[in-house]
Amino acid sequence: MALIVVEVMLKPEILDPQGQAVASALPRLGFNFAKSVRQGKRFEIEVEGTPTAEQLAQVEDAAHKLLSNPVIETYVVKIEG
Amino acid sequence: MSFRIGVVTFPGSLDDRDAARAVEMAGATAVPLFHASDDLKEVEAVVLPGGFSYGDYLRCGAIARFAPIMNSIVTAAEHGFPVLGICNGFQVLCESHLLPGALTRNQGLHFLCRDQKLKIENTETMWTNGFTQGQEIVIPLKNGEGSFQCDDETLEMLESEGRVIARYVDFDPNGSRNLIAGISNERGNVVGLMPHPEHAIESLTGPSEDGLIFFKSILHQMVGR
Repeated sequence: MALIVVEVMLKPEILDPQGQAVASALPRLGFNFAKSVRQGKRFEIEVEGTPTAEQLAQVEDAAHKLLSNPVIETYVVKIEG
Repeated sequence: MSFRIGVVTFPGSLDDRDAARAVEMAGATAVPLFHASDDLKEVEAVVLPGGFSYGDYLRCGAIARFAPIMNSIVTAAEHGFPVLGICNGFQVLCESHLLPGALTRNQGLHFLCRDQKLKIENTETMWTNGFTQGQEIVIPLKNGEGSFQCDDETLEMLESEGRVIARYVDFDPNGSRNLIAGISNERGNVVGLMPHPEHAIESLTGPSEDGLIFFKSILHQMVGR
């Protein structure tokens, strides 16, 4: 069993009010380390055996068409475990 | 036979009945269309209503975009078929790339429900030709993800081509770029609008009757009525 992970983030120029809300909540709890926070999404996709090049290409395609909106988001595909 | 306007129901659509009622009050026949079929039932225009299609999982409109009915609508729209997307319908149109940009979480993070003043900026589109340039209207706005975002280049294109059809006035509800409330495609047959004209068609239930003009515009455009 292997895990293909797709991480989706808003492009830097797109307003992220959720990330901003988290950033402003941190100091209220005494956490003063954050200059800024951006919030994204992580998809964990299980596949049988070792991912093939073809599977990875399909995941790329799915990440582009469905998992992310290329107008406002970027994604990275990686293999974990 | 009267002019037939389809209203699509996705799982999670909420305003399909109000949209159908607005269509009827404007003088057209409302034809229910279902997400799981690709049959447009010989309608001559389509309204994509508000709501939370497919639970708005992933991103608003992201999964609805791949519904069988959307394949037919996207193909038809690229050839000039009139489509009005309201709220969730606007989000579906952006996800389908029939309209540029995207709708993201309101700047203040809250779901907003208010009677919103708008200024009509473009009276050339199929859905706005019944307005006068610069006309101010009040219709309901109700959404959690209504902040219109796009890159600088797209914004410049929309502005220079006059494709912003309506802007928020007096109050910025969600942080949309340039206070954009609605846009059109290049030909003006596809219009997306975040506020809800179908909830402002009679004084008994709405803040105005301004919304009806969107639905009368398409009738005027297509059959000169």
